[in-house]
Amino acid sequence: MTLNATFIGQFIAFAILIWFSYRFVWPPLVLAIEERQKKIADGLAAADRARKELADADARVADEIRKARVEASAIADRAQKQAVEIIEKAKQDAIAEAARQRAAAEAEIENLSFKAREILRQQVAELAVKGAEKILAREIDAARHRDLLDALAKEI
Amino acid sequence: MSAASLFLPLVGGDSPSEYVSHHLKHFAQPIGQGGFWTVHVDSLLVSVVIGILGIGLFWWMGRKATAGVPGKFQAFIELAVEFIDGQVRDVFHGDRRFVAPLALTIFVWIFLMNALKLLPVDLGPGVAKGAFGLEYFRLVPTTDLNITLAMSTTVLLLMFAFAIKAKGGFGFVAELFTAPFHAHNPLVKVVLAPANFGLNVIEYLSKPVSLAMRLFGNMYAGELVFLLIALLYMAGGQFLFGDGATLGSQAGGLLAFLGGVLAGAGWSIFHILVISLQAFIFMILTVVYLSMATEAH
Repeated sequence: MTLNATFIGQFIAFAILIWFSYRFVWPPLVLAIEERQKKIADGLAAADRARKELADADARVADEIRKARVEASAIADRAQKQAVEIIEKAKQDAIAEAARQRAAAEAEIENLSFKAREILRQQVAELAVKGAEKILAREIDAARHRDLLDALAKEI
Repeated sequence: MSAASLFLPLVGGDSPSEYVSHHLKHFAQPIGQGGFWTVHVDSLLVSVVIGILGIGLFWWMGRKATAGVPGKFQAFIELAVEFIDGQVRDVFHGDRRFVAPLALTIFVWIFLMNALKLLPVDLGPGVAKGAFGLEYFRLVPTTDLNITLAMSTTVLLLMFAFAIKAKGGFGFVAELFTAPFHAHNPLVKVVLAPANFGLNVIEYLSKPVSLAMRLFGNMYAGELVFLLIALLYMAGGQFLFGDGATLGSQAGGLLAFLGGVLAGAGWSIFHILVISLQAFIFMILTVVYLSMATEAH
């Protein structure tokens, strides 16, 4: 076990290897590792952000749904109320129309019965006159006693 | 060729002591007059090749690393990088741009060099002899004290550099004489200066020496045990198939062989822990020492 020039050779070789490692080997490896670490950190941060955004969106959606539900029920309420109103109004209209038509019909009936009475009266008057004519024969001149006969017919 | 010859060592002598000492010899090449100027070609070559392969793998991955979804291999590399970066962050409070790649280099390199130990002990020398005609070849560079001491000395110089950078040249030298014993009286300061300086020298020297010795000792001892286990196989084989084998010697040989298998498996599994742990200890102590060097006493 003697020390010899191997020592010097190994000394130089070691120095060169250290320098090479320091200059060319270590920096790119560490750079790649650090870059990936940064990438992973960014990715995790992005995932966190996305999760938070998703939660926000969920909350917003729930909020919107709740609002929509409230609004829908308000609309339904309003619609129901309106429907009731429309039905009520239609009912009123129908009642009014019915009343009006009845009134018109009643007026018509009145009118017709009046006319019928008039015609009847006239016919009775004529019948009376004809009867009287037959009874009186020539004593009564139809033309001369027209106003008298008319007055009689009216009285009937 | 008898069955017993299958159990003769691939390389090295016939006797157990020759086998072990053969496996502990380096492929040494003297430069000029030799002596100190000798190079262990095997240690140096294997460590440089392994270093280029290991760090080159990281470099290649670094070039094509993307910040997108990583492939399995990139994920593995990044796991290693993040593990080391995390360890350094826990220990070293300051700019990690130099210390972290230093720790990566130390860990990857020492781990891979240690990991060569899990290969069979005869594989390296066998291939060297069979393919290249080399008589001696040791495969595991961290069982060479030159290798571990060179690395820890580099760490020592880095400690000086970090200390000077943190405290300034004057501050660093002043601290060598004024810590760990502090005084306000100038006279007492002068008296304490040699003691302080001596302690600091010891402290600074003990760090690289202990770093190098710990790694070398663990690996060298482990290597020796692997060699002994290999001897156990061989002895078992000789007793089983050797000339004049009796039933008793064959039973003993079988037991020795099975014992070798069991011990080899156990020791290898244990060494998965040892090679990682030693690489980790060298790395983390380097970071600790550099952290201490930057902090004022």
